[in-house]
Amino acid sequence: MYIIVVGGGKVGYYLSKALLSEGHEVLIIEKDATKVERIEEELGSICMQGDGCEAATLEEAGTERANLFVAVTDEDEDNLVACQVAKHKFNVPRIIARIGNPKNEALFKKLGIDVTVSATDLILEHIEQEVPTHPLIHLLELRGGKLEVVEVKIPSTSAAVGKQLKELHLPPGSILSLIIKEEGVQVPTQDTTLEAEDRLIAVTKPELEQALRNILTGS
Amino acid sequence: MRVVIMGCGRVGAQLAALLDSEGHQVTVLDVNSGSFSRLVPTFKGTALLGDGTDEDSLRKAGIEEADAFVAVTQGDNRNVMAAQIAKHIFNVPKVLCRIYDPLREELYETLGLDAISPTTVLAQLLKEKLIE
Repeated sequence: MYIIVVGGGKVGYYLSKALLSEGHEVLIIEKDATKVERIEEELGSICMQGDGCEAATLEEAGTERANLFVAVTDEDEDNLVACQVAKHKFNVPRIIARIGNPKNEALFKKLGIDVTVSATDLILEHIEQEVPTHPLIHLLELRGGKLEVVEVKIPSTSAAVGKQLKELHLPPGSILSLIIKEEGVQVPTQDTTLEAEDRLIAVTKPELEQALRNILTGS
Repeated sequence: MRVVIMGCGRVGAQLAALLDSEGHQVTVLDVNSGSFSRLVPTFKGTALLGDGTDEDSLRKAGIEEADAFVAVTQGDNRNVMAAQIAKHIFNVPKVLCRIYDPLREELYETLGLDAISPTTVLAQLLKEKLIE
């Protein structure tokens, strides 16, 4: 695959290194001459000096034959524009943008950039998984973020302790798919009674997450 | 008219003064509070510290009720991004942005943005002055 990477900072550098080792043809576009020099010294002549948001630069880079275009500078707006130019002027089939502000994910989607990677979100997810006091953990996004799989730990203070599922009135659209109890894993039924320290795996919509959390962990 | 201007440089500050003196309700956004010293002392509008590519800052600046949005920071990409947020997220009726790079201006015109390239405008103006 021919892959163009815009931005030769740390992310761009290590990403390109990994892609090269998988046998892809990679071109990095970087503005800063000293960075270009360092990349060329370490990875060979795979770097072009220029502004990856400029149509002229992208033309010179052969963007119309690129299979994948990745923008990983540390400025969200530069990544947006580079991706839009690649998409609309050069019709690159697959485009990925790095974002710093997690709110830009929805914005980029609305502006035609479907795949975004947010380091902030990724680190936040890991913190949630690593910090055991957090009652609700995001495990997975499904269908482009329209559904999510979450894990909820029932604290001993929760009003749901000792209640059967049918008494809890979970928001419609949220489904408890698994209960992990001390003694093992169960598929929950309406008659299952919740106990403190149970861990529930649920599929829910992002907008119902707060309601689900309140019912299961609220005191 | 309620106008939000992003970027309080020479152009942003002067545009703010012009609109303000005609009685329009102007809010100027800039990431650097020092830039607001460019505003004329008689300016009656609002100067707000904030990033025009951030939805929350734009909301604080009153983008939801604005009749127009103008992006005139030094960065073409910042202007392009802010203008797209104003147009596609907040549905501001009139959105203008400055794009220095004529090629990018052309592209974003085809993508539906109302963009002005000072490079093209000034070059044209200079040529006309020279030839007349």
